[in-house]
Amino acid sequence: MKNAYKKKLHQIISNEIKNNSFVLDLGCGDGKLLEFLIKNKNVTGHGVDKDFNAITSCIEKGIPVIQMDLDNLPFDFENQSFDMVVLNQTVQQLHFPSKTIEEILRIGKKAIVSFPNFGNIMIRLLFLIRGRMPRTKELPYLWYNSPNIHLLTIKDFYRYCGENNITIEKKIFLKRKLLKKEYKIIKNFSNIRSDIAIFKIKK
Amino acid sequence: MTNCNSYSLKFYEFAKEKDFVLESGLKFGPITVAYETFGILNEKKENAILIIHALTGDTHVTSAYDNNKNTPGWWDYLVGPGKAIDTDKFFVICANYFGGCSGTTGPSSINPDTGKPYGLSFPIFTVSDMVRIQKHLIDHFQITKLQSIIGGSLGGMLVLDWIVRYPNTVKSAIVIASASKTSPQVISFSEVGRNAIMADANFNNGNYYESQPPDKGLSIARMLAHITYLSKKSMEQKFGREIRATDIEQDKLYEVFGPMFQVESYLRHQGKKFVQRFDANSYLYITKAMDMFDLKKDNDTLDNVFKDVLAHLLVISFTSDWHFYSSESWEIVKAMMRNKNKVSYVDIDSDYGHDSFLIKNSEMITVISKFLSNYGSIN
Repeated sequence: MKNAYKKKLHQIISNEIKNNSFVLDLGCGDGKLLEFLIKNKNVTGHGVDKDFNAITSCIEKGIPVIQMDLDNLPFDFENQSFDMVVLNQTVQQLHFPSKTIEEILRIGKKAIVSFPNFGNIMIRLLFLIRGRMPRTKELPYLWYNSPNIHLLTIKDFYRYCGENNITIEKKIFLKRKLLKKEYKIIKNFSNIRSDIAIFKIKK
Repeated sequence: MTNCNSYSLKFYEFAKEKDFVLESGLKFGPITVAYETFGILNEKKENAILIIHALTGDTHVTSAYDNNKNTPGWWDYLVGPGKAIDTDKFFVICANYFGGCSGTTGPSSINPDTGKPYGLSFPIFTVSDMVRIQKHLIDHFQITKLQSIIGGSLGGMLVLDWIVRYPNTVKSAIVIASASKTSPQVISFSEVGRNAIMADANFNNGNYYESQPPDKGLSIARMLAHITYLSKKSMEQKFGREIRATDIEQDKLYEVFGPMFQVESYLRHQGKKFVQRFDANSYLYITKAMDMFDLKKDNDTLDNVFKDVLAHLLVISFTSDWHFYSSESWEIVKAMMRNKNKVSYVDIDSDYGHDSFLIKNSEMITVISKFLSNYGSIN
């Protein structure tokens, strides 16, 4: 994802996090979201990633980071020990997304889950017309090198939350602007229009 | 005891009036601390890093400044000009342990009251005592803030004691292949080693300085300990089941059982090399201090202990380390996280067991150099 898009996404996630809260960012990558949160929301927090390059880019920024495999469940953290657990653009890469979401709602008072919406019209059309695995700005990989092994749509996520008694506190849908390299927030026909979905959930 | 021809130790003496109070309550002195420094301390005295060696290590962390390179530094690949711990930028201090045998006061030092080596009349000391003695040296330099404190294994335990004891003095810290307490497994290996030393006929209750030292016992202790520093895989790779036909040992074992496996010959070599540079009494005292180490005292919790820590702590472990398991590092990380302290953790994939922290490892180099880039020299 390009930096301009990323920045907007980070701003929107940041709006959902209270000042001074204790945050765990699972699948933190280069640590830019956490850096943003520390700077703008004065949060205390740690990033988690298994990728060595992600670890070093966090450490370089002075962002506390823990090397850990998110598929290694359950997490060795106490119940409700974080104010907010963030799973930003990561859920679709997990081996056991359901178990992981269960876990983040155990260790966190609340959680933010954001993911690329596979129900988007462009993805549907790409698949329908070209008959190949769709590739977009959010999902740029080829089938054989994609880390995205559990893609989902907004409707899928609604259903999942319903079946698992997860309360959706807030939902935000982002759509790429036509000419500008930015996201805008949309309200209607989200499953077909939005590129990114952000859910604030709790149990 | 150590041959220091190719580099020169510096010495700092204090507690001349026997006024250093050990954790046991005993007053002790005088204390000499042997140390080396690398790089230049800046005017504000704000670019210092304290490196703490491991159980049997010494001050010679790098040979970069030696006239001849006869004595390699034990962290040559990590410390020096332009290295991850950059001595062009940082002023690196490394001091020999209290109780050791490489220049700092220890059981082999002369007791000024008797004119003879202390031997077993040397007082029992703890990791905290070792740390508080290092603090005297840092105060002597008039350094009020260390950019970082770095140590592996037992050195890592000292680092932990440092950041808890002197939270305001330490900006960042790196603990490598270590733990917040010594496990019963490690205590057991130490105890077998100590028994080997004390069973040596030459041991003579620690009074061997004017006769033959208990070399046999000390070398067995080292051979045993050395196994715990390796891993099954690294031994497999390094030695396999190879037989060294050329190694002729003049002892009974050889006469009866024939040529040795390469690994046997290697361990014997390690044992022999070790007794030339290490004092058996020091080994007894320091391993005991290590065994006694538990960062949380009495009924306290590790969370409580870390409450006032200010330093950003980087914890590094190695996947094949069975002397200090990754899980022991993780306990430190968890307790720090629960306190909302700044902590980072890397579990490096390595086959070299506990020794991984001494063996050149590109991931460790990268992590340490990036970590320290946040703690630059302030000129």
